[in-house]
Amino acid sequence: MVRNPSANREQFRPNDHPNDAFLLTTVVGSYPKPKWLNRADELVDDPDSKFDATDLEEAHDDACRLITHEHERAGLDTVVDGEMRRNEMVEFFAERIDGYEFNGPVKVWGHNYFDKPSVVEEVEYDEPWLVDEFEFTSNVAERPVKVPITGPYTLGFWAFNEAYPSTEELVYDLADLVNEEVEKLVEAGARYIQIDEPALATTPEDHAIVGEALERIVSGIDEEVRIGLHVCYGDYSRIYPEINDYPIDEFDVELCNGDFEQIPTFTDPEFEPDLALGVVDAHTAEIEPVEEIKANIRQGLRVVPPEKLTISPDCGLKLLPRDIAYGKTENMVTAVREVEAEIDAGEIDLDNPLADD
Amino acid sequence: MTERVAATPGLYPLPDWAKETLSDLKGHQKGDLLSGDESEAIVEQYDEVRAEYVDDQLDAGLDRVVEGQGRWDDMIAHPLTVHDSVETGGIVRYYDNNNFYRDPRVVDDLDFSGDVARELESATDLIDGAAPLAATLPGPYSLAELATDEHYGDEAAFQAAIAEFLAGEVEAFPAHETLFLLEPSLVTSPPAEGEESAATDAIATVADATDADVVVQTFYGALGEKLYAHLVDEAGADALGLDLVAGDRDDTVYNVQEFGSTDSLALGLVDGQNTLVEEPETIAERVEWFESQIPAEGFDRTYLTPNTELFYLPANKYRAKLNALTAATEVLE
Repeated sequence: MVRNPSANREQFRPNDHPNDAFLLTTVVGSYPKPKWLNRADELVDDPDSKFDATDLEEAHDDACRLITHEHERAGLDTVVDGEMRRNEMVEFFAERIDGYEFNGPVKVWGHNYFDKPSVVEEVEYDEPWLVDEFEFTSNVAERPVKVPITGPYTLGFWAFNEAYPSTEELVYDLADLVNEEVEKLVEAGARYIQIDEPALATTPEDHAIVGEALERIVSGIDEEVRIGLHVCYGDYSRIYPEINDYPIDEFDVELCNGDFEQIPTFTDPEFEPDLALGVVDAHTAEIEPVEEIKANIRQGLRVVPPEKLTISPDCGLKLLPRDIAYGKTENMVTAVREVEAEIDAGEIDLDNPLADD
Repeated sequence: MTERVAATPGLYPLPDWAKETLSDLKGHQKGDLLSGDESEAIVEQYDEVRAEYVDDQLDAGLDRVVEGQGRWDDMIAHPLTVHDSVETGGIVRYYDNNNFYRDPRVVDDLDFSGDVARELESATDLIDGAAPLAATLPGPYSLAELATDEHYGDEAAFQAAIAEFLAGEVEAFPAHETLFLLEPSLVTSPPAEGEESAATDAIATVADATDADVVVQTFYGALGEKLYAHLVDEAGADALGLDLVAGDRDDTVYNVQEFGSTDSLALGLVDGQNTLVEEPETIAERVEWFESQIPAEGFDRTYLTPNTELFYLPANKYRAKLNALTAATEVLE
């Protein structure tokens, strides 16, 4: 069953928050890398260059500091480092988990490839995956830091399974490792964890496997820690209302991309976790005007009341030009604060939030 | 005495060097994919890829050599996506995989193209008589399923037109020993009950266009029993290809025991979608086990094949799978 989101939401309200209403603003995670960081990533592999691994670490630190502050400048209540240290969402973790090996890139479509790893023996936890980056980011951030982690279902199904009788069993072992990592992050001070499961969107019939994996991930995790689940691009009616049984605080969805056509799916039966609603499109290079985003936010109020609504972009913004990503984030926060003020002023009918006042 | 033949249905992964050179030359976006009128520089890259595929197969000792279909950006939809009467729409999911192809929207008469025949001519030159050639095409049922009809207006007419188009392409092929027709849609979205014969007629139209042995390769699981029976009797196939990796193997055994089989069979024994490389002894045991389930007194030929195309794999594992197949035929000798 759903965790207790009301027990952990208020800790993210900034001290100087201007409104009574509080729609928590956040991001899904990834953000465009500064061009120089891509150059640095390549330079470290160039045998003729003096640029070495220590230099790259410094470059990653600089980029994380930069993007964390960029998120704060946009006014977000909770921030991420933009995943500056990560290359790809499965590769990054597979490199850190014992039991994976890499054989080379495989085709996704056209000339787009993915270094799909193989699980060749039982997966095991070795060194922490994200604790160092969390500690770094939270030291440079003034706002609370959210930590996105690729979920065990995606880590399992987006790999070749050579070692386990079924990929489901692999997923459960991976879930136990994610649980270990979340415990370490919580020990280091993390209070907002987001599990990313894009693979569920393509195989919604496996929702029970994801549910069981989540049970393992949150086992022993205190209710003051906020656990979100992000699933993008899919037919949500195939996993709703099942997600109401997931042990999560928040469910993060990508609906802006589909003009919120799927909103009615979540209205019956009643939505139980908090809703994290994508209100700017991660795949269009135009910055949505504030007024348009405000209308999108109202869509979320059809599903949950303000105290259960979180606002984010649809998905990670890493494929956009950086100025567009910033513009979308900044307008998103502006729109949220304006909607909050309108709620405070009684200008939005919460029973019929799309109605003009 | 049953002959054992190591073969593949083609669609190999690009070598890693070609993944880089071709993405640099072509780009990463939808509009950058192959349209059939590629530049000389791109043609040269694919010539090298093709030569490497032929070497890989001759080195492994395969009994049939394919062109490798390195140019097929859109997987088995390729013969349509490069056709002049086809416009490519959005990127759509390729069956149940994390792979995507451009939706081929057929907007005009599907006349002769010759694109695949040209590839096979080049392959024939490279092979230079060292081994028999196997040609690869999508089967008409699957190709019609993957495409969008904006011209013929009627499902049956569309399927028949695609079959006629493919038959015309086959007639232009250089000499080939075997023709693989890839028909995964027969498993994933089979024809409605009562419409099986339209599908098998379409396949027979293509099969009749060649004197070569025709293998109708089905994959991503077991065939439904009724459709299986229709295919054995009506598709004009010398061999039906059966997937023994994905789906329920017992269903496939049941089909063969209950409804008999074509004179030859292709057995999908090696997993085209997993990097785990099968031991030759294991493959050989599976062949003997399956052959022992067949009621008929021996039959002409067993093709030892991967269950699917091999492009899902990293390049090193694709080569290892070719070697495993030929090693298995040696175990069986």
